[in-house]
Amino acid sequence: MYIYDDFDRTLVQERVREFGDQVNRRLSGELTEEEFKPLRLMNGVYLQLHAYMLRIAIPYGTLSSDQLRMLAHVARRYDRNYGHFTTRQNIQFNWIKLKELPDAMADLARAGLHGMQTSGNCVRNVTTDQWAGVAPDEIEDPRIWAELLRQHLTLHPEFSFLPRKFKVALTAAAHDRAAVKIHDVGLRMHRNGAGETGFEVIVGGGLGRTPFIGKTIKPFLPKRDLLSYVEAIMRTYNQYGRRDNIYKARMKILVHELGAEKFAGEVEEEWQAIKEGPLALDAAVVADIAARFRYPRYELLADNPPELARAREDNRFRLWLDNAAINHKVAGYAIVTLSLKPEGGPPGDATAAQMDAIAELADRYSHSEIRVGHEQNLALPHVAQRDLPALWRALDAIGVATPNVNLISDIIACPGLDYCSLANARSIPVAEEITRRFRDLDLARNVGPLHINISGCINACGHHHIGHIGILGVEKNGEEYYQVTLGGRADETAELGTILGPAVPYAEIADVVEGIAAAYLELRARPGELFIDTVKRVGVDPFRERVYAAR
Amino acid sequence: MTSPLQQKLKVTGPVVVTANRLGDGAVVYRAADGTWTKDLAAAAVVTTTPAALELLGVATSEKVVVVDAYVAPVELTPQRQVLPGNLRERIRSSGPTVALPGQC
Amino acid sequence: MPLVKAGRIVEDRFVRVLDEASIPDGVAVILPAARLLADARDLVLRQAATGVVWPNDRKVAELAPYLDWIALVALVFPNFRDGRGYSQARILRERYHFRGELRATGQILRDQCLFLQRAGFDAFELTKDADAAAFVAAVHRYSVFYQPAADGRASTLTARLARVSQH
Repeated sequence: MYIYDDFDRTLVQERVREFGDQVNRRLSGELTEEEFKPLRLMNGVYLQLHAYMLRIAIPYGTLSSDQLRMLAHVARRYDRNYGHFTTRQNIQFNWIKLKELPDAMADLARAGLHGMQTSGNCVRNVTTDQWAGVAPDEIEDPRIWAELLRQHLTLHPEFSFLPRKFKVALTAAAHDRAAVKIHDVGLRMHRNGAGETGFEVIVGGGLGRTPFIGKTIKPFLPKRDLLSYVEAIMRTYNQYGRRDNIYKARMKILVHELGAEKFAGEVEEEWQAIKEGPLALDAAVVADIAARFRYPRYELLADNPPELARAREDNRFRLWLDNAAINHKVAGYAIVTLSLKPEGGPPGDATAAQMDAIAELADRYSHSEIRVGHEQNLALPHVAQRDLPALWRALDAIGVATPNVNLISDIIACPGLDYCSLANARSIPVAEEITRRFRDLDLARNVGPLHINISGCINACGHHHIGHIGILGVEKNGEEYYQVTLGGRADETAELGTILGPAVPYAEIADVVEGIAAAYLELRARPGELFIDTVKRVGVDPFRERVYAAR
Repeated sequence: MTSPLQQKLKVTGPVVVTANRLGDGAVVYRAADGTWTKDLAAAAVVTTTPAALELLGVATSEKVVVVDAYVAPVELTPQRQVLPGNLRERIRSSGPTVALPGQC
Repeated sequence: MPLVKAGRIVEDRFVRVLDEASIPDGVAVILPAARLLADARDLVLRQAATGVVWPNDRKVAELAPYLDWIALVALVFPNFRDGRGYSQARILRERYHFRGELRATGQILRDQCLFLQRAGFDAFELTKDADAAAFVAAVHRYSVFYQPAADGRASTLTARLARVSQH
């Protein structure tokens, strides 16, 4: 992971001091709420239903064990002993007091953590695949480029007051686990005919009220041009994005209204004027950043060591192993997913005690590194296969070894009306009930890989449009109702889900999900046909008929 | 629930004025004596639009005490108990409807 | 609306002239955009300084023909959340090499001053007296800048390169 140098550390500290000053000016009344709100949002501070919420960036989902311990400390000292991992690789604390924020941020800054630009009309956390740097199917580590972009776009004087929020994601694997096609700017790394790697640039993706899949405007951008080209995109958006209507202000609307070709033309014209300027990336600059990425010294190990083969005789261990561990790009190692989706529990939350325990396990088994995924689970990215049995026992003891990764009970959900002032309906209790209905892991395994995404309102923070089953909470006459979609996908074949039928009330939504799973088991061509492929093959109608037959 | 901050005011039943306390974000209600209380039972209840607007107007002028004040519906029981008037207000008053992690 | 230049609150030597009003001789003036474009031929002959206020939804490229003689461009931030002026400023300084006074007007708080300065502004019509007084402190809040901009401050890109070449 990236190690801060003096510049990085100093900047965060300066930001903390500035925000402390802004908080004081607000508390004294010198700043009105209207003036203060954009400033606090730029530091990740929201006002929710019950309290302030602090969102902390976890750049491209990579955390050190010291950083995780600091998050545990913040949870204990300033909050209610837990944190929530989000769909953009951030963490949220829900009970923070404004007057304690400067202290909390000073503590976080000591560990190189901050809330800069995790909200507001600026560039948000640059996200990648949570297996970046260790996945077997990657062509190179995209996090170096994510870090270059993160720095370039942090406190950028020209782009701190955009028409609306701006989200960037990168992937360097054939299978896109970072959902780049639903970001304002998505970057896919490819290798060209000459063997050089560069970026496919995809723009104008986004969910929310008007979801769009992004369009490719540059099939291959050389690495040296990354910053200047992104700068040209941002300048185009800053100048021409709509400022009159917040529901039409995202870049996806601009791309849609201009058309991808015309948008690309505007970007190209701007880019030609700046591409040879100071943003052209010097190899030495890239090498300097790359040098501060520390990788573990892997041992020379073989796959499937005897300890592992023996341990497989334990059925419970074997089921967990097959579900939660995948092969690493380095022989003899594994990437382990920690499920934060316990039966009956809120998805994506971890207690301070769990965070401390996971940090300890990361030190012992994963070279002190943890990853945060946008599906709201954690991962330990550098585990020697011989350590998997011992690791599993420890994970099981702290409740993060439910073998439901990627299964129907591995639900992605926004906080919903229980926390969020934008929400129309609750999402967490819906998720919890679904996990109870599918507590039988044989059933869950039989249903197989299936992503449920739940959003409590049209802002779609749960990414329901791209869920295999998407659930959107709406309000009808003061009651909570849920709209279901099927067939959404987040990867390189990204598409939006199709509405299943009329919205159903809170009391029935878990029944509907059971009905969909039952319909799948009936309709699938064979046990190996994935849910998403069955939906693709037969369409939504057969599901609709079965689910709504009794309604 | 559509954010009450975006609604046009039309009082058709008993209402209170509620907000979040600036310093810590806690949910508070305007009491009859002009203070802010965390206890809904102690909130001033009004039933007409002019009265609500007046209560709200006074509340929003105190910029360093509370944030985002608005008019929220309440339910009055036969025993004159004041209860939150919809799900959003129930959640604001008593907290999330789900157990917090580590409390199961 | 205190005006800050070179870190100090100063008197404004420019007078704003409204659309149809006559332009006084011997006085530095700021004109609306339409006025400048319509009367450029005559204005260029003025002895006193001529400036223009340019709206934030028009390309500054239209100003290019006049940049070698106009003394001031005022850009507009209708509210401080509208960031179009920052792009306009950088293009004026970095692409067209405008050397005159570049003034930020509209809703300007101290929290924008460093961003504005980095974008190339050298004059600031602040909304609040207290912010004008705090200007110098505000623009010295940071010593680290990740990206090069219009102000000439060294960025980490160059600082790190220098550090690397020393070893």
